[in-house]
Amino acid sequence: MSREVLNLLWMFGIFASLLFIIGIYCILATYNLIRALIGIEIMIKAVTLLLIVAGYVTGRTALIQALVITTIVIEAVLVAVTAGVILGIHRHTGSLDTRKMRDE
Amino acid sequence: MQRLDLFILIILVLAALWTAMSRGLIRSAIGLALTSAILTIIMFRLNSPLAAVFELSVCSGLISVLFVSTISLTQPLTKEEARQHMWARLSRFWYLPIILVGVGIFLSLFKLRQDLSMPVLQAQKDVRVLLWGTRQMDLLGQLLILLAGVFAVIILFKEKKNNE
Repeated sequence: MSREVLNLLWMFGIFASLLFIIGIYCILATYNLIRALIGIEIMIKAVTLLLIVAGYVTGRTALIQALVITTIVIEAVLVAVTAGVILGIHRHTGSLDTRKMRDE
Repeated sequence: MQRLDLFILIILVLAALWTAMSRGLIRSAIGLALTSAILTIIMFRLNSPLAAVFELSVCSGLISVLFVSTISLTQPLTKEEARQHMWARLSRFWYLPIILVGVGIFLSLFKLRQDLSMPVLQAQKDVRVLLWGTRQMDLLGQLLILLAGVFAVIILFKEKKNNE
């Protein structure tokens, strides 16, 4: 692996880690269910970024694109299913606050 | 090339930060769409155009629509309540951004030693051949997952009808 490629991998790796940490922060710092879902989305973006750069570095962009497309489909369905669950919770508790979900 | 990549990556992280820190949920949803759009540029630059098109159409488009629908179907906080919540949250978790920066610096100190080359499976093929020809089990799984998504969207709009 050449030095230039390694530098590229490093640069993308650090930024993907930062993105992942921002996603975790978004989940930890809120009680709102929708914002927690947005945090999960940011974490998935970090994973997608790492997959893409791994494909570029190893020269297997076709395989990685197939994997990323699968990830995107799962991401979309995850949001749709979770949005349905969140709406159900909102209907029962009248709120999106996770604290109000306790002992219900 | 690397300088431009660095610039795009910084913009990506700033967009994600805006998504995480912004006060309103709608703004967060818009920030997420922006993050997806910037990620699309990176994908194009790293020779993954098909995945980039998917990312732009599904993540920036469909998922944003889903988020905005969900936000509008629920009743968000008033502006004053949202402001109070934001300040309470910032004062409660002021140390988390410091941890974030610390972890970033800590990660940058490590030396990467792993060999990330993938095992040789087969000769490099076109992505369409790979997706439709050699990954049929993935496609079956995707179809089942899409079915689950369709049911989820039905639930989404069924709730709306009940509320009306």
